[in-house]
Amino acid sequence: MRYLPLTDADRSEMLSVIGVRSVDELFRDVPEAARLKGKIDRLGDHMGELEVDRALSAMAAKNRAAGAGPFFVGAGAYKHHVPSSVDHLIQRGEFLTSYTPYQPEITQGTLQYLFEFQTQIALFTGMDVANASMYDASTGAAEAVLMANRVTRRSKAILSGGLHPQYRAVIETTARWQGFEAVGAPVDATGVEDLAAQVDKETSCVVVQNPSVFGHVRDLSPLAKACHDAGALLIVVVTEIVSLGLLMPPGEMGADIVVAEGQSLGVGLNFGGPYVGLFATREKFVRQMPGRLVGETVDADGQRGFVLTLSTREQHIRREKATSNICTNSGLCALAFTIHLTLLGEAGFTRLAELNHATAVKTADALAQVKGVSLLNGTFFNEFTLKLPKPAAPVVERLAAKGVLGGVPVSRLMPDDPAVADLLLVAATETVSDADIAALARALTEVL
Amino acid sequence: MVQSLDRSQGRSGTLSASGTTAPTFTGNRALQLEEKLIFEMGQPGRCGVDLPEPPRVADRLNGLRRRGAIGLPGLAEPQVVQHYTRLSQKNYAIDMGVYPLGSCTMKHNPRLNEKIARLPGFADVHPLQPQSTVQGAFELIDELARWLKTLTGMPAVAMSPAAGAHGEMCGMMAIAAALAARGESQRKTVLVPESAHGTNPATAAALGFVVKPIPATDDGHVDVAALKAALGSDVAAIMLTNPNTCGLFERDILEVADAVHAAGAYFYCDGANYNAIVGRVRPGDLGVDCMHINLHKTFSTPHGGGGPGSGPVVLSDRLAAYAPRPWIVHDVTGWHAAEEGTSVDGQPLGRLKAFHGQMGMFTRALAYMMSHGADGLKQVAEDAVLNANYVMARLSAEMTPAFGGPCMHEALFDDSFLKDTGVSTLDFAKAMIDEGFHPMTMYFPLVVHGALLIEPTETQSKEALDQFCDALLHLARKAKSGTAVEDFRAAPTMAPRRRLDETLAARKPVLRWKPSNNPPTDAPTRQAAE
Repeated sequence: MRYLPLTDADRSEMLSVIGVRSVDELFRDVPEAARLKGKIDRLGDHMGELEVDRALSAMAAKNRAAGAGPFFVGAGAYKHHVPSSVDHLIQRGEFLTSYTPYQPEITQGTLQYLFEFQTQIALFTGMDVANASMYDASTGAAEAVLMANRVTRRSKAILSGGLHPQYRAVIETTARWQGFEAVGAPVDATGVEDLAAQVDKETSCVVVQNPSVFGHVRDLSPLAKACHDAGALLIVVVTEIVSLGLLMPPGEMGADIVVAEGQSLGVGLNFGGPYVGLFATREKFVRQMPGRLVGETVDADGQRGFVLTLSTREQHIRREKATSNICTNSGLCALAFTIHLTLLGEAGFTRLAELNHATAVKTADALAQVKGVSLLNGTFFNEFTLKLPKPAAPVVERLAAKGVLGGVPVSRLMPDDPAVADLLLVAATETVSDADIAALARALTEVL
Repeated sequence: MVQSLDRSQGRSGTLSASGTTAPTFTGNRALQLEEKLIFEMGQPGRCGVDLPEPPRVADRLNGLRRRGAIGLPGLAEPQVVQHYTRLSQKNYAIDMGVYPLGSCTMKHNPRLNEKIARLPGFADVHPLQPQSTVQGAFELIDELARWLKTLTGMPAVAMSPAAGAHGEMCGMMAIAAALAARGESQRKTVLVPESAHGTNPATAAALGFVVKPIPATDDGHVDVAALKAALGSDVAAIMLTNPNTCGLFERDILEVADAVHAAGAYFYCDGANYNAIVGRVRPGDLGVDCMHINLHKTFSTPHGGGGPGSGPVVLSDRLAAYAPRPWIVHDVTGWHAAEEGTSVDGQPLGRLKAFHGQMGMFTRALAYMMSHGADGLKQVAEDAVLNANYVMARLSAEMTPAFGGPCMHEALFDDSFLKDTGVSTLDFAKAMIDEGFHPMTMYFPLVVHGALLIEPTETQSKEALDQFCDALLHLARKAKSGTAVEDFRAAPTMAPRRRLDETLAARKPVLRWKPSNNPPTDAPTRQAAE
């Protein structure tokens, strides 16, 4: 019971100050029938630090870590090198064990880093303002659609076929239960898709991912124009934030809302969560934006300081009239993200993006040489789609048996679509070495 | 009003406890350092990482290369480390002392949990790598699910919600799905007690339900008569928090559950305060149909300045089929995640979030559970309740409990002890900062005038509680003495910042740094938000 400071002597002294004989008396409002007698079965008793460490380490050892060999898995989560100082800094107790900054005088640390974070997001997305983060990009995308519905007072969202299928599923679930229409465009793995033709006067927004889930990089300016002409908003989703070190930002292409996954910087894979959703928009929409916001102000001495602001949009004030029910953000992941990006800075972020792209180009070219394999992408950033001569899912299993995690079979994301069975998504980041590329090409040759 | 200061020197200096300024050249106050924004300290040419020269390749970017600079600052690693270390020193944290935020529940965050979460087998695994290579990760999720189901006495759990409010969404969607399956989608009313967290009505409204508030009784419980009167064929569910936000156990809970079920509605329990009863009461025995569990509150996952959270939802048999994807299943070949349904119609809820849930939080929560065990978790609830009642008993000498005892995990006071003192609830809370404590939750729950909600949690020692109580008793006596009103209104005077102008921030939002940004100036409103 190393986390519990009270001694039995403390407890009896405290009970006497309270004026009761036993702690059971403090639970007297619990109906007799609802009281648990004895201890709960089938759960073990308390364990020492060594025992817990041993038990959970054994469980961890049953997983193959991404760093254990050649690794090319992406599709919305990416393996990148995280500088050592990031994890060191986020483990400082003053960050790690602090709560929502409701008392700004003694939480300027959290508030300032979130203000810096918001600024960074606005800068590299090319947008005016960003919030202090969302749960992740998939839930952020659903919130973006809800926001577009509020702004346009319309209720039909058009979802690109190049949108990550799990993001699409999250939006469709939200649509089903929050009462709007979500229209999915047909999937085309080659990247051909005319979303502009589908925009009409009922459309609240078009949701498009760039690079797409298949890796294609598109100029969204014509689509933005089509949306704006019809009074709809363009929502751009970015699952690989490193791409924005090299690519024209969505804001410059005319996006109204940008939702991005920040996992690539600072956060790590973590088997899918927690991640950090980035959410940016135009100044004029700021009061319709979901999530938490930090703003600059002055204190009683006129010194610059930061506070949570525009909270009149939020659930704790507006209750059933709030813009969303979200009452937290991904503070600690946002901290990791912002520290990593601060370490990179202008030069490092650009360099990291170039390194990712060049590595992916080398990987794609090497794999396209493998007999029977063809590359579907004319354009990509650090992830692309291969067409294999046989179903991709068993190929990936055989690659894994050879020690190479070779990518994501598209069928894993789209199990209902037989047309994608032979497609393989391959991601190559700066962590991929020439030897890794050679190992994948060799293993792929052997298993095909 | 706050004391006015001479700002003619740009830096205002700092205010000492006696109210005199003690300016320094740098604006620093000993170890409390003024810190610029990263955008004001960067230099082109500096970089905090070393990356190799990219190989030369012809790019495949479709002519969409970024034109022009992003505008990010350049800093070397030591500058970055110093910057964030200095910022950290401007934060209060549970590692520093009592953090009595009622309803938010700040308890010790064991570092073993952090170590476990960082094992490469958990931290460095991809959600879409072959399932055969992540058997331990599925095992961990299933083991945590087993603990949650066993502790709550509920047959099913949905693991994917990303936070408590997301869990509310999940649970209420399951209720909507179950009603649709019963052909009773006309049930559009959700009953929500007035003392509920704002997320409850926000969640219900987002799903198209009509929120009907249920009043509280004079003793801080849900008004059962009013509740029963509101039940009818239009009611989908009740969203009830138990123990409630007044820190009280809803003693009529079994009667409430029976009435709700008899009316054909579902019972959503907000599990925000489950930490008060874990190991002693199973929500399944209370007739609950679904309940989210904020892992940070009950099982000590760190909250890092606001998230990430994790909000698994336990479900009754009646709702289990409506849990969202993915479902973790086990068969003779091992663990699998059933990630997608064959169609949205075949799977009523679909998906709430990409991938499998907040794995990094699961790891920490399970490490905490195993550390305490079934025996220790019971002790957790008992010590949390004991600590809260001890604080209530000691503070009652000078402060006014909102309701009679006993309380559960948190002690609720109203501000009547400050009546006619000229000291507001906010002043009183801010004065705690100068005494070295984070203020308690203020003005919540709304059903109590000038609410002061104190939650000490089980990880505070008696010594720490005594120190905390002594300080509060001192402040209460000082307020009542009538001689120190100005001190209270000026507080805090020793924090990194004095009272911040929240009205200005909302009226003229400055949400990002720009090269031309000067601190906003607006003299008439430059005073603390009252």
